[in-house]
Amino acid sequence: MKTEKGTILRQECIAKDTYRMVITTTQSADMNPGQFVNLAIANVMLRRPISICSIDKDSFTIIYKVVGKGTALLSRMYAGECIDVFGPLGNGYVIEEREQEVLLIGGGAGVPPLYELAKRYLRCGAHVDVVLGFHDEPSIFYEQEFRDLGCEVYVATMDGSYAHQGTVLDAIDQEGIKTSFICACGPLPMLKALEQRYTKGYFSLEARMACGMGACMACIAKDAREADMYHRICKEGPVFAIGKVVLV
Amino acid sequence: MSEISVDLHMDLPGLHLKNPIIPASGCFGFGREFAQLYDLSRLGGIAIKSATPKSRFGNEVPRVAECESGMLNAIGLQNPGVDQIIETQLPWLAQFDTEIIANVAGASEEDYVEVIQKLNDQEVVKAFELNISCPNVKHGGIGLGTQPELAAKVTKMCKAVAKKPVWVKLSPNVTDIVAIAQAVEEGGADGLVMINTLMGMRLDLKSGKPILANITGGLSGPAIKPVGLRMVYQCAQKVSIPIIGVGGITSGEDVLEYLYAGASAVEVGMYNFVDPYCCIRIIDELAEVLKKYGLPSVKDAVGRSLRV
Repeated sequence: MKTEKGTILRQECIAKDTYRMVITTTQSADMNPGQFVNLAIANVMLRRPISICSIDKDSFTIIYKVVGKGTALLSRMYAGECIDVFGPLGNGYVIEEREQEVLLIGGGAGVPPLYELAKRYLRCGAHVDVVLGFHDEPSIFYEQEFRDLGCEVYVATMDGSYAHQGTVLDAIDQEGIKTSFICACGPLPMLKALEQRYTKGYFSLEARMACGMGACMACIAKDAREADMYHRICKEGPVFAIGKVVLV
Repeated sequence: MSEISVDLHMDLPGLHLKNPIIPASGCFGFGREFAQLYDLSRLGGIAIKSATPKSRFGNEVPRVAECESGMLNAIGLQNPGVDQIIETQLPWLAQFDTEIIANVAGASEEDYVEVIQKLNDQEVVKAFELNISCPNVKHGGIGLGTQPELAAKVTKMCKAVAKKPVWVKLSPNVTDIVAIAQAVEEGGADGLVMINTLMGMRLDLKSGKPILANITGGLSGPAIKPVGLRMVYQCAQKVSIPIIGVGGITSGEDVLEYLYAGASAVEVGMYNFVDPYCCIRIIDELAEVLKKYGLPSVKDAVGRSLRV
């Protein structure tokens, strides 16, 4: 964990409002799937927490969706420019090496951290099914990239413009996927629906953060079992075991 | 220029500061996260996260919202409670050569007294900072800080039991901050810390609702620096106790402005979230900036605007 000036190696639009950026780093050895970086962006006050999508020797990749002013400004940066990166931050996915069947479930902007995770599980020899949910066909990204890694990939679109119509759960049902160990990242309604069915695995949460390092107490999740017990999403998370925290 | 020939030292009630830079309470936790980035002994002091008699969860999320030149927060004094702080945080902080200021909060005057009594014999705590200015708690906090009589009363009660100097952190959300400052001085305060955050709010364009779960929050960051400077300047002329300036500090230049306005030291708040190394940078910048304006020491800068 430190701040450093990275150089943007690539910046490209890969789907509707969705960008991929590759940034140089000296921190790759410390980066794990599910962790994030807090990026300083000119003309907005606070840093923006963005999950790490892929980790290479001297660089890492993020995929982010333009949802507001900060990400819009980020999308207007160019290859060759410097960007102030604070990270890696938080606790990523625990790799459960005993799991031979792993189901990765991503919704929209929650898909990126699952990519590096898929690589890790494949390296462990696990069979990896990936279910990706998007709003519509133009929003889809990384279907082929996951397939190229060696995963079985299924896609659901809410408007039915591509593959299964409906949610990721609809796709799981229609494909008859029975895997019980899941790792998921995506919008809250998706995680809440998954929590009703799955008990084994991990969720990655999104939150409004300030410091990103556990000091300011802005991004708090309540413990699901113990009253008055809380967890900092940026520090103890953003990845939590299913059922560990209250999803709100 | 790394060789520093200027004197950054400042002696204040309870606090022998090697430099006048102190991370502000609530923006630095208990320092554990920042200790992974730099040696906390380089700091003049640390104002640790508020302590209340019992643990507090704080407000619901969202607790922060960004603004044009700052941020709103409504954390709600989340802390593990004074006993837990004594047990787990203070012994750890003792390893650092820096002055620890315990920020004290509560829902009633009695809460403040209770926390002070528990912290009195903790050697690592060098001074108390009464938080009578938190805008995000329903009782106590700002309720005590917006009326001169109540502010004086809680100060007096705390002074009666405190074995260490008592600083009082003032709220800017008042009609006349000088009246509060004077009341607190009469109550026996050893110094003032000012300003806490300015109450504000933001709304979500899609839902039409306030962004913060608490509806309102406290504005901090560069946006409030001119307000802080003005209030320090006004109070410095009317009280004889020292002032620690807070509000929107991001650079050595900002510190110098606060010193000129009458502050003897400063606290740095939300900018720690933007640049986690900022306190260390600001210490270095302050030395350079003092040199640039021909000031041999921090003491020479304090209250300069009041002498011209």
